[in-house]
Amino acid sequence: MADKRIEPEEMARVDYHPPLRDWMDPSVEFTRGSYCYAAPLKNQEALNLPNPRQWNPQDLDWKLPSNFKRIILNGMKERLNKYRSWKLYLDICVRCGACSDKCHYFIGSGDPKNMPVMRAELLRSVYRRYFTVGGRLWGKLAGARDLDERVIKEWYYYFYQCSECRRCSVYCPYGIDTCEITMMGRELLNLVGCTTEWVVGPASNSFRTGNHVGIPPHAMKQSLESAQDDIKSITGIDIEIPINKKGAEILFITPSADFFASPAWFTLMGYLMLFHEIGLDYTFSTYASEGGNFGLFHSAELAKSLNAKIYAEAERLKVKWVLGGECGHMWRVIHQYMDTFNGPPSFLEEPASPVTGTKFENARSTKMVHICEFTADLIHSGKLKLEPRRNDKWKVTYHDSCNPARAMGLFQEPRYIINNTCNQFYEMPENTIREHTFCCGSGAGLGPDENIEVRLRGGYPRANAVKYVQDKHGVNLLACICAIDKASFPPLLEYWAPGVETAGVHELLGNALVMKGEKQRAIDLRGDPLMVNTSKEGGQRGV
Amino acid sequence: MKRAMTTLCPLAVVIGLFLLSLLTLVGRGADLIFAVIIPYLALALFFAGIIYRIVRWSQSPVPFNIPTVTGQERSLPWIKDDKIESPADNMAVAWRMLLEILLFRSLFRNKQLQQVDENRLVYGGSRWLWLGGLAFHWSLLIILVRHLRFFTEPVFQPSLWISSIDGILQLALPALFITDFIILIAVSYLLVRRLASARIRYITFAADYLALFLILAVAISGILMRSIFKIDLVAVKELAISMIAFRPAVPAGIGLPFYVHLLLVCTLIAYFPFSKMMHAAGIFLSPTRNLKNDSRMIRHINPWNKPVRVHTYAEYEDEFRQPMIKSGIPVERNNAAQEQ
Repeated sequence: MADKRIEPEEMARVDYHPPLRDWMDPSVEFTRGSYCYAAPLKNQEALNLPNPRQWNPQDLDWKLPSNFKRIILNGMKERLNKYRSWKLYLDICVRCGACSDKCHYFIGSGDPKNMPVMRAELLRSVYRRYFTVGGRLWGKLAGARDLDERVIKEWYYYFYQCSECRRCSVYCPYGIDTCEITMMGRELLNLVGCTTEWVVGPASNSFRTGNHVGIPPHAMKQSLESAQDDIKSITGIDIEIPINKKGAEILFITPSADFFASPAWFTLMGYLMLFHEIGLDYTFSTYASEGGNFGLFHSAELAKSLNAKIYAEAERLKVKWVLGGECGHMWRVIHQYMDTFNGPPSFLEEPASPVTGTKFENARSTKMVHICEFTADLIHSGKLKLEPRRNDKWKVTYHDSCNPARAMGLFQEPRYIINNTCNQFYEMPENTIREHTFCCGSGAGLGPDENIEVRLRGGYPRANAVKYVQDKHGVNLLACICAIDKASFPPLLEYWAPGVETAGVHELLGNALVMKGEKQRAIDLRGDPLMVNTSKEGGQRGV
Repeated sequence: MKRAMTTLCPLAVVIGLFLLSLLTLVGRGADLIFAVIIPYLALALFFAGIIYRIVRWSQSPVPFNIPTVTGQERSLPWIKDDKIESPADNMAVAWRMLLEILLFRSLFRNKQLQQVDENRLVYGGSRWLWLGGLAFHWSLLIILVRHLRFFTEPVFQPSLWISSIDGILQLALPALFITDFIILIAVSYLLVRRLASARIRYITFAADYLALFLILAVAISGILMRSIFKIDLVAVKELAISMIAFRPAVPAGIGLPFYVHLLLVCTLIAYFPFSKMMHAAGIFLSPTRNLKNDSRMIRHINPWNKPVRVHTYAEYEDEFRQPMIKSGIPVERNNAAQEQ
């Protein structure tokens, strides 16, 4: 955002008329609030990234390697041979425009190069120029343009204004997936040393310490212990939290934001209470203490490297299978990449719930189950005693996080949990949920503070739908199952829909869960007084 | 200026083709070029080009299982999964692809941004593009099938059936085909929307206009040839059959309108494999549509999967052993503690 605050009314006045300037002109302006800082040298070196250097996107000279053109073109050639998706999607777009109004960054900014079709054209134009006959012969007339430093800058600007949410891919008649375009675009930028701190920093932390925030093992333990204390003070129950426990049945992996950041912290408490209540034989790992994978926002290679820890740790700890917490892109990696990257996990068993005996046949090869699948099964089997009235202060809506939605198809499970733990649940308009869901605007490594204008603009469509149910039904809580959501929605909703808070689905579960031997609860997981509507008396009391 | 070039250059190409076909008026030598050599070349380019493109695409592997899932996954037995939108087996994928290819399922799903006022974003189902696209493609298919009667002797029966259904509205003689009208209206719509909307105009390149102009010119020349500038259909069929048999013979007096039509068609099909029109083949290979949402059930293999640098547990423990021991976290090698 520029130096002064832009008011929401002003930001909502989006001009959708494209500029007269020729789209082939690659000049972009790196204004404050609209770009991510470059990765500092030490983090580039920690991950052995190519062409490391200290630089800044606002610099006139990006100090690109002198042979950057060759590097990029060779990189393109290599990827054309490695990814059918990419090759095909560079070739078959007819520019029908079905995607043109689907990107949340376009809806929030009106910048025509945030139309998915144009985001891809930034790459296609270079592809045509150097890899197709028509482009070589006819040049600009055939939609081809030369690769120069300005094009690199333009790529950096727009490939870090795509959150890889894949919404556009839903509407494309050929299923062209802009995520594939952006992923390759970012990999090419990496080759010439253009990476962002908010991706490379967490990734290098995760590489060394096991998690994005760089929490060392003892600090992680302390953090879990303070969750233990909080749970004790709320429920009066002492719970155990196993860490690096060999021979446990289940390894539990969750995004590291759950260990310290609010409101993800309350979700963590929900998990811990649930696991205690059902007597789950599980363990946390400090080495694999991150479910999220910022490597995915960088390159397939780095994603694989970070992801490898999950199976490695499952093998070392001799667990039977892996359970995963609430996270968005983590589940894209686990559902669509992990087994391919680092499988097959022959040392694991087919996952089955130790409480209900249900076999999770949909995870029979990868052997990792989503916590919402796990909990929905528990509730459906009647294994949990729930008191939904304890969530009565919340009027809840549910945000389908992009990746669990469009990579997995995880639509019903979280809704089933919410419906069993809350009395007041209202869906946002159907054109904005499930497969049509909008990204929070901060996904895929776009979440740093310096990028705030892009985030607020990109989050506008989602927030606008939240505002709608807030106005219509008095909704005051947005439930979601993604750590980036939990970090990005509080400021986003503060801006666009003040009064709506954010929570993980398992926070709602933790509130509603009636635990054996618990004391009468006076406060909820947030430490706020627990209020329930008692229809007979019309009053409110603790339960 | 640049913007005008985007539309004018493709228009010039089509006009140029028309002028070029006037050369057939010169004499029999030109007949041979336009009736035999160019069509053979165009067909060769068409088939070889398509095969080349498909082979090239197929040579690149599909390293990851990346379907775009648009419905409930198959998970717990009591949750009803969406068999087509989240296909978990081959049959379901086949249905998903069929719906996509025959009925343009994804375009049907379109939710267009309709800003009601400054504070409210509304997305409405918008089916015009779907309808226009579907009308155009289906008309084109029916017209192609109708044309088979020129290439088959005895005539391919379905071609006749379709012709008779298509010609059911015989308002004038010769039979006026419904699809002729539909394709004109549909292609005109597809063209006008590109010119009328600033946003769509922004994403339209010369290649997009070229394809539309060519198709429009083919359709118009074909219709005019049937209704106004009559040509010798028997001669045309003679030529077609002789071409199919690879014993080309050009009957005299086929007429200029036919050559105009033929040259436009030849240009279109020769251009086809090198243009965006290859989406027709590409859709079959699209990984977000033709893969199953079964990646946790069955391991997808990446042929170029190779080992990467991993920070191992041993390296990790070496760095953090002391604090781990101090805070009571189990470790693999506790010799550091023994030393103390």
